[in-house]
Amino acid sequence: MSLFFIVALPFLGALLPGIMNSAGRAAVGGITFTVTLTAFIGLLTNLPAVIAGEVVTARVDWIPSLGLNFTLMLDGLGFFFAMLILGIGLLIIAYGRHYLSRNDNMGQFFTYLLLFQGAMVGIVLSDNILLLLVFWELTSLSSFLLIGYWKHLPEGRQGARMALTVTGMGGLAMIGGMLILGQIAGSYDLSVILQNRELIQADPLYLPALILILLGCFTKSAQFPFHFWLPHAMAAPTPVSAYLHSATMVKAGIFLMARLWPVLSGTPEWFVIVTTAGLITMVLGAVIALFKHDLKALLAFSTVSHLGLITMLLGTGTAFGAMAAVFHILNHATFKAALFMSAGIVDHEAHTRDIRRLGGLRTLMPVTFVIATLAALSMAGIPLLNGFLSKEMMLEETTKTVLFDTWWLVPGLATFGSLMSAAYCFRFIGHTFLGPVRDDYPTKPHDPGFGMWGPPAFLVVLVVLIGVAPALAEPFVKMVTASLLGEAAAVPDKHIKIWHGLIPALYMSIVAVVGGLALMLIYKPLQRLWDVTPRPEAKTIFETIVEAAASAARAFTLSLHTGAFSRYAMIAVATIVALGYHAWVTGTVAAPTRELQPAGAVPIAGWIMLVAATCGLVLLHRNRLLALILIGIVGLMVSVGFVYLSAPDLAMTQFTVEVVTIILLLLALNFLPKTTPIESSAFRRMRDGVVAAAAGVAAFAMAYHFMLREAVTTPISEFHLANSYKGGGGTNVVNVILVDFRGFDTYGEIIVLGIAALLIYALTETLLSGPVRARLLNRTPDAARAGDMHPMMMVVLTRVIMPIVLLVGFYIFLRGHNEPGGGFISGLVVSIAVVMQYMASGFAWTSARLRYPYHGVIGAGVLIAGLTGIGSWFVAKPFLTSDFTYVRIPPFNEFELATAALFDLGVFLAVVGAVMLSLESFSRLARRAGTEDSEHPMDIDPSRDDPPPAADKPLAEGV
Amino acid sequence: MELLVASAIGILTAAGVYLLLRLRTFPVILGISLLTYAVNVFLFTSGRLTIGAPPVLRDDMTAYADPLPQALVLTAIVISFGMTAVAVMIGLGAFLGSNDDQIDDQPEESVTEPEGQK
Repeated sequence: MSLFFIVALPFLGALLPGIMNSAGRAAVGGITFTVTLTAFIGLLTNLPAVIAGEVVTARVDWIPSLGLNFTLMLDGLGFFFAMLILGIGLLIIAYGRHYLSRNDNMGQFFTYLLLFQGAMVGIVLSDNILLLLVFWELTSLSSFLLIGYWKHLPEGRQGARMALTVTGMGGLAMIGGMLILGQIAGSYDLSVILQNRELIQADPLYLPALILILLGCFTKSAQFPFHFWLPHAMAAPTPVSAYLHSATMVKAGIFLMARLWPVLSGTPEWFVIVTTAGLITMVLGAVIALFKHDLKALLAFSTVSHLGLITMLLGTGTAFGAMAAVFHILNHATFKAALFMSAGIVDHEAHTRDIRRLGGLRTLMPVTFVIATLAALSMAGIPLLNGFLSKEMMLEETTKTVLFDTWWLVPGLATFGSLMSAAYCFRFIGHTFLGPVRDDYPTKPHDPGFGMWGPPAFLVVLVVLIGVAPALAEPFVKMVTASLLGEAAAVPDKHIKIWHGLIPALYMSIVAVVGGLALMLIYKPLQRLWDVTPRPEAKTIFETIVEAAASAARAFTLSLHTGAFSRYAMIAVATIVALGYHAWVTGTVAAPTRELQPAGAVPIAGWIMLVAATCGLVLLHRNRLLALILIGIVGLMVSVGFVYLSAPDLAMTQFTVEVVTIILLLLALNFLPKTTPIESSAFRRMRDGVVAAAAGVAAFAMAYHFMLREAVTTPISEFHLANSYKGGGGTNVVNVILVDFRGFDTYGEIIVLGIAALLIYALTETLLSGPVRARLLNRTPDAARAGDMHPMMMVVLTRVIMPIVLLVGFYIFLRGHNEPGGGFISGLVVSIAVVMQYMASGFAWTSARLRYPYHGVIGAGVLIAGLTGIGSWFVAKPFLTSDFTYVRIPPFNEFELATAALFDLGVFLAVVGAVMLSLESFSRLARRAGTEDSEHPMDIDPSRDDPPPAADKPLAEGV
Repeated sequence: MELLVASAIGILTAAGVYLLLRLRTFPVILGISLLTYAVNVFLFTSGRLTIGAPPVLRDDMTAYADPLPQALVLTAIVISFGMTAVAVMIGLGAFLGSNDDQIDDQPEESVTEPEGQK
């Protein structure tokens, strides 16, 4: 099966459990199992190639320019981890199906689980380190969902948050490290990176890259000092703990260290950092585990300890250490998953995981007792079980490892760690299962059904099988080791055996087991001593740091973000002007290269009108209606200026936009106060005036200097002028640029416009469904209402000119490619025609005659433009490549057919839809506020609020 | 001619900034509109000023105004309509919701935080 399918299956399959929830728990569990099984079988089909030493690859270019490609590879190491992930996944799914209670949403659980599984498989099969990073972050996110699955438990939420914070921050560090690594190697493909050991280790950036990558690995694999999140993640349901914290997530860091072992290991830096961290973690985890009362916490710290052991083995940098690490990963996954599941069974049946309330379960739960005892003895390192074999290899390796020039340091600490490890294993067995049967269990425990004990039993069979006949596992372990080592070292030819003779490792093992038993005899005083010893509580420290960071961020944000808009605007303007001034003073200004052009009387007259309107606007802006008229004059003068300065398209656009903007502002002003009060002090107005004047002078100076100088480099406009007719088939260069040369920009712009309109619509809907609605209904208009709502003259006129305006719009649209015009302008013209109907004949009358909703018009426009662009794919051209031809249908003249015209149609529709949706939304507010809107366009409003003056009233008063 | 256009840009900018610094929503929206004019005209002038030579190809002409800034400004004008409309809607919604069209958050409101925020 293609590697793509193996990675994609869990992701695609993740959709199924969620939607199948109503089909029943068995169906949900079954489909999850089937999905995983399919992926597992797909993986196995690649086994022959992997055994033959081939590297199976699959590749699709994703973003080649960034070096980010979807490349997957499967070698021995990847196969090993993928097998653990999918194989143990199968057992966990079977177990979890029976573990979860009826109150748990099983579909959700299995969806999360499959997401996580897919991300993990993605990590171990990635050939591209950027792709690996993507999957790496996905495991952090999906494990967050899994750990916090029991949302109602505060411990679950806190544990999930802590895990996400720690592993997420490690992931950030790792992104940095991976980028450096890729830069050094010149490629982000692992297959290339793994070939460049000397180059990478000689690079001065090797150490930063190593530290950053190790930060990622250590946080993920819970190495000291980042070990603290793992025990808190135990708040998750037990299947999650068994899956994430025995076989998968915490092994991701180990996997990456193994994967990059050929290029990163072997240096003194690697050796010191990795071995030391591993050693400390191993001892610390084992010591804490011994004194934990919660079964899962005990197992969690023992996992921390064993991960430390594997890390230490990888740190030694020898081939034998690597082989021991591989073997221990396999063994640990088997016995630890079995132990977690056993702990889950005890919890499930006895309703407590507290060792102090347990004991004597041997006779009550014999099956569970056998499974848990065999797995725990394997963890303790008892012969004939698989844990013994890899522990012996580890101890043997430590006798050859010299850290900090002290020969006894590593073997001594390793023996001590093994001793503590044996002790907590004995405590796990002794205090849970042995001893007298108690009569105060929360519920009477008994063995569960096969569904729950079957999966751990299967694992324990493996534990015993490998332990008795290590030769069965040896070829596989050596194959994985070979692919881990790559070309960096040869696979050691030693065999994995139960009996190695009287070597130091054997004595160390004996010391550990005997010492562990001895510790159990004096456990009670030890526990009392532990309880009175002060220890730093990682959770408190973590929460203090998080709280401090949050309050610092809050203080910082609130001090800057005060909600005073005028202050932000002032700071922004002043900063921009100051920066401009700085550039002006420090830079050099070249001499003018262009002559001033003479200005005739007409431009001067236009300028005077513009300036007068602007100044009037500033002085009279408190009268808002007058301000609107003045800003209309400004806009009109700008349009006239565009005409004069050879920009007819701009003039037409500006002019039509001006009309719709003024209508929009009028609609808004209907509700807003009609005047602006004087609030700011004279000083403040003076200060604002100074800032405004400075900004104005700056803008003037920049524009003036700009216009008197030629461009520094040749503008690209010449290209557009030269190719507009030849390549685009149109003589109006501005329109050809819009719909052809820079069609992609235009496409984005109509989408933005559509989104703006939808936003306005959504805001209106929100307003109308909230408390504002009542306020609008009770509102009394602050000006007298017109008596004739629909003036007859206007109604007649707008209806008469409607076809004419539409014709004009059509004409402007058609000529757009060759003469000033086009989709934008004709869209605005048509909008104005429709708006006039609303204004003259009323909202109800117009919308009753409306066939298509404006949302649909926007969507149709964007779709047509997009499909036009996609159309060019079918002739193997890039998106939005245009084409045109000239056709002649007798008896008409020859005319042009261009795909660009179709694109322009999309622009047209989007503009009409967006403008109309915005204006309609505004007028809907007015409609809700007003009295009943008449269906009949030409009528008199009987409820007008200025009744005709009664002729006899003054007389009556006079009397 | 250049002087006229540049001074128009300057005056539009100054008026726009002054209105932008007012304390009510409506003048701020007017200020943004004025700034939009200024920016659009400024962008347009980056093609330099050309009189009587629109970029519509003719057989009898050789020099044309720069078409590229015109195309860019054309979409900018349409987009600025969308932006103005959104700003007006937000201002209107704020006014209808609180019966207050001040642009700055009012301090007495921000003091009374809803409970359970911390």
